[in-house]
Amino acid sequence: MIEIEHVNKWFGSFQVLKDNSSSISKGEVVVICGPSGSGKSTLIKCVNGLEPFQEGRITVDGVSVGDSATNLPKLRSQIGMVFQNFELFPHMTAMQNICLAQTKVLGRSQDEATERTQKLLDRVGLGDLGYKYPSELSGGQQQRVAIARALAMDPIAMLFDEPTSALDPEMINEVLDVMQELARSGMTMMVVTHEMGFARRVADRVIFMDEGEIVEDATKEDFFGKPRSDRAQLFLSKILEH
Amino acid sequence: MKYNWNWGILFEDPYFGWLISGIQWTLMVSAIAWIIAFSLGSIVGVARTVDSRWARGLGTAYVEGFRNVPLLVQMFLWFYVVPELVPEDLGRWMKRDMPFPEATSAILCLGTYTASRVAEQVRAGIESIPRGQKAAGYAMGLTTFQVYRHLLVPVGYRIIVPPLTSEFLTIFKNSSLALTIGVAEVLFQARQIENYTFQGFEAFTAATLIYLVVTMIVVLIMGYVEQRARIPGYGVQREP
Repeated sequence: MIEIEHVNKWFGSFQVLKDNSSSISKGEVVVICGPSGSGKSTLIKCVNGLEPFQEGRITVDGVSVGDSATNLPKLRSQIGMVFQNFELFPHMTAMQNICLAQTKVLGRSQDEATERTQKLLDRVGLGDLGYKYPSELSGGQQQRVAIARALAMDPIAMLFDEPTSALDPEMINEVLDVMQELARSGMTMMVVTHEMGFARRVADRVIFMDEGEIVEDATKEDFFGKPRSDRAQLFLSKILEH
Repeated sequence: MKYNWNWGILFEDPYFGWLISGIQWTLMVSAIAWIIAFSLGSIVGVARTVDSRWARGLGTAYVEGFRNVPLLVQMFLWFYVVPELVPEDLGRWMKRDMPFPEATSAILCLGTYTASRVAEQVRAGIESIPRGQKAAGYAMGLTTFQVYRHLLVPVGYRIIVPPLTSEFLTIFKNSSLALTIGVAEVLFQARQIENYTFQGFEAFTAATLIYLVVTMIVVLIMGYVEQRARIPGYGVQREP
């Protein structure tokens, strides 16, 4: 479903992605981890074309992201994305946030979008908070609205860019629960996260990145059982201590 | 100082009528100029935030050109110089047939000048929105136009209501410069009353009060706009 082939990317003269290749099949949940500055977020932003890359090729469902002939808005509307800082639109209620792209991009009627939105709000456990503005919601609630907003587009895959990093500890689980439920339902997911518990429970595969390289790309069992690289071992020992 | 105070003169014929007529000109010149300033300034301000280098360059050139030349100089340029620079036929029409040549020049001058200032507010407003908002818009499949239409412009303009209020006030105050090219606005009429009656204190007091009342009304209106446009829980909170 998502093919990443020999992707290189530079910010000026600094190379952020070095010959990244991987493949994510339909229904697979892949967790991407690694130290900060390792290029994880940059890599998943390349998948929906939010970040351009100079070399290599990424295709989503057969459509090449980097191709200038590709209709990027159309492709992006099929890939949901959830951000570290939620990025709900502050001047719209939760309901309006979720309805916006349904009506403006997919062309759904207001009634249809509202009905779909209500179902999604119920699904993420916020059924009666649709009238609230983002600033009136807790961080965990905002992130769940953001997930519902992405799901409203009926995406073929979902990208998560550190979805719990900006949350207070007591709110992390409510978001992870929604993501876990989503993974169980068969959604194709790429998740950049430091939540190794989530990776253990939910991921099929773990990609470990360091300094722009994909150092490990292994099944969950292999990664947590016997990581092959020293760098991955060092990383795991640091974050699993607690 | 021996001075014969005569406040009544302001309400005598024809001076009262002059003041009323002055108010009408001030309001008309300022209001039309504001419409130009707001629309043109919005376009230029947005142009300075888009990806296209050409659009950004043009926007920057506009802003730097118009805001760095003194307004009084621009007033003279519009009235005396522009008709000579444009194609001959248009120039002749501007000098001979254009309705209300002084007021029209003043409106164009104030409108284009204030547009450069509005453009800076608009740009600042849009640029103050976290970059992730734009990314979120793009990520859900919105086009650049839709990202501006539904996200950046609605939020950016709410942020800049207070500085825009200042620009709106300034356009009323700056409209007094139009007297230099012969627009019979409030200050022009006050001077005229002084010339005819030697009651300068009364005349200029009246002009001062008129400007104060007009600008206070603008402040009230914009305060209402700010209230209505406020995003719950976003930005600076005020006690209701």
